[in-house]
Amino acid sequence: MTKSNERKLTIARAMAEATAQEMRIDPSVFVMGEDIAALGGVYGNTRGLLDEFGAERIRDTPISETAFIGAAVGAAQDGMRPLVELMFVDFFGVCFDAIYNLMAKNIYFSGGNLKVPMVLMTSTGGGYSDGGQHWQCLYGTFAHLPGMKVVAPSNAYDAKGLMTAAMRDDSPVVYMYHKGLQGMGWLGTEAGATVHVPEESYTVEIGKAKVVREGRDVSIVSVGMGVHNALKAAKKLEEKGISAEVVDLVSLVPLDRETIRASVAKTGRLIVVDEDYQSYGLSGEVIASVTEHDISVLKAAPKRVAFPDVPIPYARVMEQFCLPNPDKIVAAWDEMGALQPA
Amino acid sequence: MAPTRDEQHWMYRNMVTSRRFEETIAKIYFEGKSPAFNMANGPIPGEMHLSDGQEPVAVGVCAHLTPEDVVTATHRPHHRAIAKGVDLDKMAAEIFGKATGLSGGRGGHMHLFDADVNFACSGIIAQGMGPAVGAALSRKMQGKPGVAVAFVGEGAVNQGGWHEAMNLAAVWNLPFVCVIEDNAWGISVAKSAATAVPTNDVRAAAYGIPGERVEGNDPFAIYEAAGRAIARARAGEGPSLIEVETYRLAGHFMGDAEGYRPEGEKDGLFEKDPIPAMRARLLKDGAASEEELAAIETESEARVEKAIQFARNSVDPAPEDALTRVFAA
Repeated sequence: MTKSNERKLTIARAMAEATAQEMRIDPSVFVMGEDIAALGGVYGNTRGLLDEFGAERIRDTPISETAFIGAAVGAAQDGMRPLVELMFVDFFGVCFDAIYNLMAKNIYFSGGNLKVPMVLMTSTGGGYSDGGQHWQCLYGTFAHLPGMKVVAPSNAYDAKGLMTAAMRDDSPVVYMYHKGLQGMGWLGTEAGATVHVPEESYTVEIGKAKVVREGRDVSIVSVGMGVHNALKAAKKLEEKGISAEVVDLVSLVPLDRETIRASVAKTGRLIVVDEDYQSYGLSGEVIASVTEHDISVLKAAPKRVAFPDVPIPYARVMEQFCLPNPDKIVAAWDEMGALQPA
Repeated sequence: MAPTRDEQHWMYRNMVTSRRFEETIAKIYFEGKSPAFNMANGPIPGEMHLSDGQEPVAVGVCAHLTPEDVVTATHRPHHRAIAKGVDLDKMAAEIFGKATGLSGGRGGHMHLFDADVNFACSGIIAQGMGPAVGAALSRKMQGKPGVAVAFVGEGAVNQGGWHEAMNLAAVWNLPFVCVIEDNAWGISVAKSAATAVPTNDVRAAAYGIPGERVEGNDPFAIYEAAGRAIARARAGEGPSLIEVETYRLAGHFMGDAEGYRPEGEKDGLFEKDPIPAMRARLLKDGAASEEELAAIETESEARVEKAIQFARNSVDPAPEDALTRVFAA
């Protein structure tokens, strides 16, 4: 039942709304990328912008990521605030030099004499059998390299506020939105991502995690789609009498280690859920945030529910076998050998 | 249009300053690096790419630019930086890795940024193309004056990013000029072994823009070609491509034994050193007197000496400052 004062938006619409509102008040903001103008973005996140702002500020590019992401760096250093789309994060392979060697390093190399106020928005995730070059997450790849802020909203409220915050940031922000949360029916949308979004412009702080469900027995930490899997797992655990807390990281860089530590200090147990590859990534970093700080808070060894270290397979059964899901999270709890709570 | 008398003096002054700067850097570079050559030692550690011989390109182009125009350059940046007006004291200090350097020692000789004169360089081939095209886009969108020039080497044209940026500049009709400094060598690989066409000006046809080749490392001819391209960009008529034949009198980097060069090639190059050639031409044309040229040379040397002293006398950065300025303040 929808409450009368609710204004439910998809992440796609929330992103477009934030962009439009910022473009109305800041003439230096413009959007460029592949199919972002007439098409409104493959994932709907620039829909309606061309009509309001025209082709000069809503700029379709050639299929030429190295050039237009490099150009965004140059424009950002010259006083503009580009919002650039890398259609699939998987495509980073053709243009990463512009991203990690220029966008991410020029503030530092200039000793802070330059600002690089640009947002690189890119789609991640999937789970709809699009094969191994169209739905990786690559959170760890981007978050590993210094000089980029990295955010990944799990719902439309955060999506709008993070987009506004990212566009106002003087440092580069990689905005990783999840295809399965976009509200595009053809991608099998997660309903929990479509939530109430205030009409007025607002920001969500970059670098601040959110406890989205309070609990006592275990902390399930994740981002993006993983948050929804964690919430579903928490419900299943509740049926078993287990009280799970769920932490939505919201932002990977900066990483809110304090919120993670505070949650695990309370629950004593940690499960990290990550749709990105398991090794050398987000899940290990979250666990290290706890263990290198105070290992004594842990009542059990932490667990990870992440994508195994294999390329993403096409066949439906293989793909779904690899993906994290609520049952795997529940199984992780069982494997922890945790004592049943009193 | 030929350079004015003042412009000719400016060009000669910047060529001499660049050469004196690099000669001084070259000497200091070997301090602490003998008897065993270790790149990490001495007051100037790391790789060092000198531009001796390529000065005419920098001055011929930058004579048309003002501080508000944007330049991106390469791993071999000093001649362009000097011609663009980068603060020489801070640039020297950056090369020495000092706290007073352009970025407080975070960038080094391949990563010089001077926002006051819109100069930036970077260490990977063709990397400056995108940012220069983006700066040109920014000026066009803001309706602000200024053009963007990307200096690249002739090896850069074989990078995909070079082509992408050329196409983007052309399809968006941006105030952009790409200047290719053809020194004939990509480290040890000759241009003829790397590039399918003898000269790269013909590549302009692929973008439907003017392309011009300047032979002979001649600062006057470069000035004229650059003048045409930059005027076109300023008039909103779109990008241009210029390839300039130039010579690398030094190795790719300091310590390069240059065994790949055909025997005698460098002897011939030194005979074509553009600085004595320009000096002789200024005298012959009556564009400068011996006294004027001597004064320019003395001033240039003093300017370099001051910068080097500034760098030597500056303090090292605090090591822990390495952890700062990753993000904008």
